[in-house]
Amino acid sequence: MIEAAKLFIAVFILLGALISLAASFGTLRLPDVYSRIHAASKGATLGIISVLLGVFFYFWLLHGLITAKVLLGIVFVFLTSPVGAHLIARAAYNTGVKMEKKSVQDDYEGYRNFVIKKKKDSYL
Amino acid sequence: MKKHQTNDVILQTVTKIASFIILLFSFHIFFAGHNNPGGGFIGGLMTASSFVLLLLAYDLKTVRNILPVNFIYVAASGLFISLCTGIGSFVFGAQFLSHAFDYFQLPLLGKTELATAVLFDIGVYLVVVGVTMTIIQTIGERE
Repeated sequence: MIEAAKLFIAVFILLGALISLAASFGTLRLPDVYSRIHAASKGATLGIISVLLGVFFYFWLLHGLITAKVLLGIVFVFLTSPVGAHLIARAAYNTGVKMEKKSVQDDYEGYRNFVIKKKKDSYL
Repeated sequence: MKKHQTNDVILQTVTKIASFIILLFSFHIFFAGHNNPGGGFIGGLMTASSFVLLLLAYDLKTVRNILPVNFIYVAASGLFISLCTGIGSFVFGAQFLSHAFDYFQLPLLGKTELATAVLFDIGVYLVVVGVTMTIIQTIGERE
């Protein structure tokens, strides 16, 4: 039973580490900002969630502790990491970062809003 | 270029959820400080960071409406509370800042350890929240 639990935990943690490695290769290999953000945000989110699930099952199955902090961390990473990627990508687009040359279509062209000039009260 | 309103719906919606999670976790960190890692300083910093997240997603005026508090007074009241816990030990004939603890039977929580060091920690917490928010608001509102 304990051996099966250890195997289960090891699968989670190794899978998370492999997904994070794939995400880091994606940030190295992909051509422009948007596809790099695509690789980094998704891969890192799933990798971290998988490692944290492994940690949660480690403390639950082998030590009998249910750590709500790890579950809260999973929820928090799942909630905030894509929003961070969205904000970085939108900031890159609004400051005029070009897409890669091979990309076909830009439906948002002409609608770039330069945030800093518009909002007088904001300091974003 | 067509002019239109900036659209922060995603950031603002997530901020509504995430700031409450950070606030609750900072309270947990604050009360866990006696027996686990945590305490007044890190709890205060996390509370201030949840307010800073509100400041990032909304305007300064909106956050002033949500939290109509002058944070300099928060820092001052924290210092006052910490000083009073120091002076309060004179009442029992002990030396300055000597603390005590005891076990009480509370109605819902059962047997609980209540320590006067928590009062001192509340002072530290309020000072950290007040100073951090004062720094960030004064930097933010300068043109």
